[in-house]
Amino acid sequence: MNNSLLVVIAASAIFYGTPLFFAALGGVFTERSGVLNLGVEGMMLLGGVTGAWASQHVEGPAWFTVTAAIVIGMFAGACTGLLHAFLCVTLRTNQTVAGLAITIFAGAVGLSSYFANIWEVAKTPVDRPIRKLDVLGLADLPILGPILFNQNILTYASWILVVVASIYLFRTRFGLHLRAVGESPQTADAMGIDVVRYRYVHTVLGGALAGLGGVYYSLAIVPTWVDGMTKGAGWIAIALVIFGFWRPGLTLIGAYLFGALQSLGTTLKARNIRISGDILDALPYALTIVVLVVVSTQFAHRRLGAPASLGQPYEREER
Amino acid sequence: MKSPVRFEKRLTQPSWLNWGVPLLSLLAALVIGAIVLQLTGKDALDVYDRIFERGFASKRALQGSLITATPLAFTGLCAAVAFRMGVINIGGEGQLYVGAIGAALVGIAMDGQPVGFVVVCMVIMGMLFGAAYGSIVGVLRARFNTNEIITSLMLNYIAGILLNYLIFNSRSYWRDPRSQGFPSGKPIGERGEWTKFSFFGVSVPLGFLIAILAGVAVWLLYKRTRFGFEVGVIADSPRAAAYAGIRTRWTIVAVMALSGALAGLGGASDVGDFRHLLDAKGLQLSNYGYTGIVVAALARLNPLATIFVAVLLGGLTNAGYALQGPDFPSGLVGTLQGLILFSSVAGEVLLRYRIRPNRATSDVAVAS
Repeated sequence: MNNSLLVVIAASAIFYGTPLFFAALGGVFTERSGVLNLGVEGMMLLGGVTGAWASQHVEGPAWFTVTAAIVIGMFAGACTGLLHAFLCVTLRTNQTVAGLAITIFAGAVGLSSYFANIWEVAKTPVDRPIRKLDVLGLADLPILGPILFNQNILTYASWILVVVASIYLFRTRFGLHLRAVGESPQTADAMGIDVVRYRYVHTVLGGALAGLGGVYYSLAIVPTWVDGMTKGAGWIAIALVIFGFWRPGLTLIGAYLFGALQSLGTTLKARNIRISGDILDALPYALTIVVLVVVSTQFAHRRLGAPASLGQPYEREER
Repeated sequence: MKSPVRFEKRLTQPSWLNWGVPLLSLLAALVIGAIVLQLTGKDALDVYDRIFERGFASKRALQGSLITATPLAFTGLCAAVAFRMGVINIGGEGQLYVGAIGAALVGIAMDGQPVGFVVVCMVIMGMLFGAAYGSIVGVLRARFNTNEIITSLMLNYIAGILLNYLIFNSRSYWRDPRSQGFPSGKPIGERGEWTKFSFFGVSVPLGFLIAILAGVAVWLLYKRTRFGFEVGVIADSPRAAAYAGIRTRWTIVAVMALSGALAGLGGASDVGDFRHLLDAKGLQLSNYGYTGIVVAALARLNPLATIFVAVLLGGLTNAGYALQGPDFPSGLVGTLQGLILFSSVAGEVLLRYRIRPNRATSDVAVAS
């Protein structure tokens, strides 16, 4: 029963959807503060390559190495987040181009590939990948076992994170302030909220979560570094923020939907179901377009959740 | 939080900043790049020296650089044309692939026809295919207000998969049935190979001359015509454009078609000038579309400057191909390109603001 196609697809939807969720949740935080981050893809790759390096070079027990890899990957993402915040918040540059600059700088043929090259990360598989756990020995439970009790530690962390993030955004004062900054920085500023600090903190946080998504790719999904291995996942994550209406819970659901699509190729191929691999490869990208069209038509005028100041630099001196 | 400097909006822009800022950006990128190189244990001066030598310093180097610069000039124009209207088309990559598919189709099918006729048809087909692919983004944006950044990017990936399908995973018209082992594209006929022209002993590909023409045409279109004026109004204020009776939706689709056509021309030039077949792998490794964004940004979206900057970055890219090896890692060129884009984005600040030291007295002035 646990080998039936639906169970396998559901389990791998969660497995492949988790990194998308991390990156998209980072996007939710960043965009809620009014900063658009198109650098997610680059941040993920940089997180992925530094995480892979750490997994190969940090000595110690397995849990320590894996933790170090996660922390280092998140740190690399956070650094690029800081760079983005400096460009967008302090220098007030065009946020779209700044984000693109990060993706080109750190992306598939940029710094991440340069690091991989000089550190020789791609030569061998990472020594200490993030493995699936058998939680409470329940992995063999019918249906629920593979789906819920046979995931890796980061997936369980993501379930805690979605709850924490929702509470933070909608039930705490910080979350209220954050949303105020994203909706109307002028009003927030007048209320005494430090707009610059909120934007910096959440852009850096977004970068760290993108880095975490990248670590998931290089340590959990393909435990070997490949240049440009995220293959546009960062961009899908940006679309997921819109698809999830800037809400953590909906973003998680969206991430699993896309996770299912991404895994479909591998899953069906393993079962000798003959369907063109190219069509399956193209499916997530095509569906992203379809989803965006649907979301932007039906809700464009209602703007369910889009922060009103998204993409606009805040300039206090002007008034 | 009190910062040591403050930004004062410029009311007028001194004209020297128009070329001073890009120059400064380029310099800053090289300095930051040098720091990265030194930190990772490379001799920065040596690396730059070799880039210059292999990119520009000899006739042979310059010829190679012009070949790389040609598609970059087209993708740069593709980005500039759209960005000037505030439509962020980052689909130049995919539009270029599709243009190459179109041009290769004609090049293969029309083998034996008169030379000029084949070349003209390749140019037209490249543009048509690119324009059609770009229009998808334009129509979605104009009709449904869909975020063009993400749709154009997704279409890049889809175009890449289409290339793989045509060459590697099917027995398509574009695949060479004789290719053994590693599948490759079917060579276009000899008549479809674009001629080269010699200037001062340096051979210049036909595509590069077309790119110069295209740059001038775009410059005229945006500077001298009603259409260009309307594009400018839409860029400044879509609402004002709507009140003025400008057909905003139609203009978005038209600009995206033009943008796609330019990238498609780049694809046609890759087939006609350079590879003479549809090279699925080579096109995807070249990253022409994304580099085009860097070109356009450094040229500050000026179509004429775009051609010049394309030669500059073409040289960098070409040197990267020539030097690739153990002491010249592959990601280096992309890193430098990213740094150039960073500095030109950051440099825009100098154009819009005057940066003044923040003294205590000035705070009082602001607060009042």
